[in-house]
Amino acid sequence: MNKLIEMKNVMKKYPMGKTDFVALENIDLKFSEGEFTGIVGPSGSGKTTILNIIGSLDSQSSGDVLVMGKQIAKLSNTKSARLRSQKIGFIFQTYNLLPVYTVFENVEFPLLLLNMSKEKRKILVNEALKWVGLTDKIKSKPAQLSGGECQRVAIARAIVKEPKLVLADEPTANLDAENSHNILKMMKKINEETGTTFIFATHDAKVIKYITRKITLLDGSIAQDEIVSGG
Amino acid sequence: MLKFLAKGLMRDRSRSFFPILIIAAGVVLTVLFYSWINGFIGMIISENARFETGHVKIVTRAYNELIDQKPYDLGLMNVDKKLNYLNQNYPNMNWQPRIYFGALLDVPDENGETLQQGEVMGLGVDLFSDNFERNLLNLENALASGELPQKQGEILLSQEVASKLKVKLGDNVTMIGSTMFGSIAMYNFIVSGTVRFGIQAMDRGAVIADISDVRSFLDMKNTASEIFGFLPNYKEEKTYAISKEYNEKFSYENDEFSDIMLPLREQGQMSFMLASVDQRTGIFIFFFLFIMSIVLWNSGLMNGIRRYGEVGVRLAIGESKGHIYRAMIIEAIIIGIVATIIGTAIGLVFSYLLQHYGINISSLMRDANVIMSSTMRARVTTECYFVGFIPGVIASVIGACFAGIGIYRRNTAQLFKELEQ
Ligand SMILES: Nc1ncnc2c1ncn2[C@@H]1O[C@H](COP(=O)(O)OP(=O)(O)OP(=O)(O)O)[C@@H](O)[C@H]1O
Ligand SMILES: [Mg+2]
Repeated sequence: MNKLIEMKNVMKKYPMGKTDFVALENIDLKFSEGEFTGIVGPSGSGKTTILNIIGSLDSQSSGDVLVMGKQIAKLSNTKSARLRSQKIGFIFQTYNLLPVYTVFENVEFPLLLLNMSKEKRKILVNEALKWVGLTDKIKSKPAQLSGGECQRVAIARAIVKEPKLVLADEPTANLDAENSHNILKMMKKINEETGTTFIFATHDAKVIKYITRKITLLDGSIAQDEIVSGG
Repeated sequence: MLKFLAKGLMRDRSRSFFPILIIAAGVVLTVLFYSWINGFIGMIISENARFETGHVKIVTRAYNELIDQKPYDLGLMNVDKKLNYLNQNYPNMNWQPRIYFGALLDVPDENGETLQQGEVMGLGVDLFSDNFERNLLNLENALASGELPQKQGEILLSQEVASKLKVKLGDNVTMIGSTMFGSIAMYNFIVSGTVRFGIQAMDRGAVIADISDVRSFLDMKNTASEIFGFLPNYKEEKTYAISKEYNEKFSYENDEFSDIMLPLREQGQMSFMLASVDQRTGIFIFFFLFIMSIVLWNSGLMNGIRRYGEVGVRLAIGESKGHIYRAMIIEAIIIGIVATIIGTAIGLVFSYLLQHYGINISSLMRDANVIMSSTMRARVTTECYFVGFIPGVIASVIGACFAGIGIYRRNTAQLFKELEQ
């Protein structure tokens, strides 16, 4: 399978007063296209930090990170923005929908950045909303939706541009069991039918049931990296 | 994309309505304050113009050398000819000859013996040919008792003079002075009324009579101390232009009896006083704008910072920092302009109202020493239309610029943390 992401000897430290706090150390990881991988570990172990570095929202202190063949630390602001807008979708624990816009407009937003025609946008948005089963709420505002529905809108927003990679940081942390399972099933289905790569950060045991690869972080280092059965 | 951003702006009242409200309020205050200050300066100018300087005035060069002493013996000759010329060449302006003189006022008893005597400062103005000087000097309102002179030989005394010399209305008084040519002069007046201007310089010892009487008294046929010129509306540049034109024609440096026209600002203390008023109001306006700017700068900043979370999401979705920054600035500019236009419009309405009606402060000023005018008015000038843009657009946009710099300075991941809190 094609290599999508390669992390070599990655270290990340945060300045903390006089000394530095090392959040990640000796991270060597490879991700292939089509993976459905969970990064698990206790709070503070560095899961979010890894996702942010892969998504070029943050940069490593040392080591190399290649995402789709590009040294992302060396990309300019504009180029890393383009990489995100074209190839990477994000899903957050807190949904992060834009509150003044409708469901349709929230999902449409990533396509506006790609300068797509109106017709094409409409088709793609409707398709994405169909994936998450929200075609009847396109005119609602986020405040009128339940948590589970909000997260489904966020998923639709992440996948609408048909990205190669979706990074999801604790997508089920704010949801009840039923909604969590629905959403995971949804993502699993998208993964299987479109080949989109998913990387999760989570400490939710329910997620473990669905993933095919489990990377365990402990204090900023990889403790275990194993293939698991997955759904 | 623009449509998308516009939609967000319209729907989010905390991004459009409230900032517009705050900025517009600041702009209203700025415009009002500015026109008020303008009105204040205008008042100083018009008060001085009425009694002291005109908008321009013509004197002889010799008179000008000693202008503080108002030496009428160095006054202007051939005044009728000059007035003709002036009225023909500056038909929009009003020209008024005046004579200032010092004299003794003698109050006789029934036998013609001196009862009381005192020094007075006389002012001869044209009281009869039209109402211009009466209105200009506000004589109707200044009248404390009696009536304005109706015919030649009548005189107004300031209340102070009248009470000091124990003069009653209708009394005969004799003015004693020296003619233009140095011999002794005497003239009898009947006191028709007393006046109180509320201006110390005028109230202390002033008497006012028609200029024709004063000419007879001082043997000053067809002469005047000074000729005052009044524009329909005071404009400093105009007074300079007219003076320059007149002086090029009639003023010769080596002829001390040639005329010289002086614009208001070039007379006596005016230049100094206006400069210091300009400076003070300048400082005032500067501080006001400064404070207003800080307030609006801050509101622009807060608006930006409040939106770091949104910025984080937009960055994650793939918008570039530059794009977001530009969008924020454009938004701030649009809001600033809309708010400034609204604020300026409202501010101008209030300013025009204050210009038209004024606020009567006579009750406040009744016992003050230097009443300038009992009505405070605003004055709208061209600058009033633009002054609001300084705090309204420039300051609020600079605020947004500073808030936006945070987008670059902060790590994208950091913006998210702020969002998650
Ligand atoms: N900006 C920062 N400055 C200093 N330390 C930071 C910063 N961001 C993260 N850290 C530290 O780095 C470590 C890893 O943080 P990270 O957010 O990746 O943990 P996580 O595994 O995602 O935890 P959680 O499960 O609670 O989300 C933590 O100890 C955190 O305190
Ligand atoms: Mg985390």
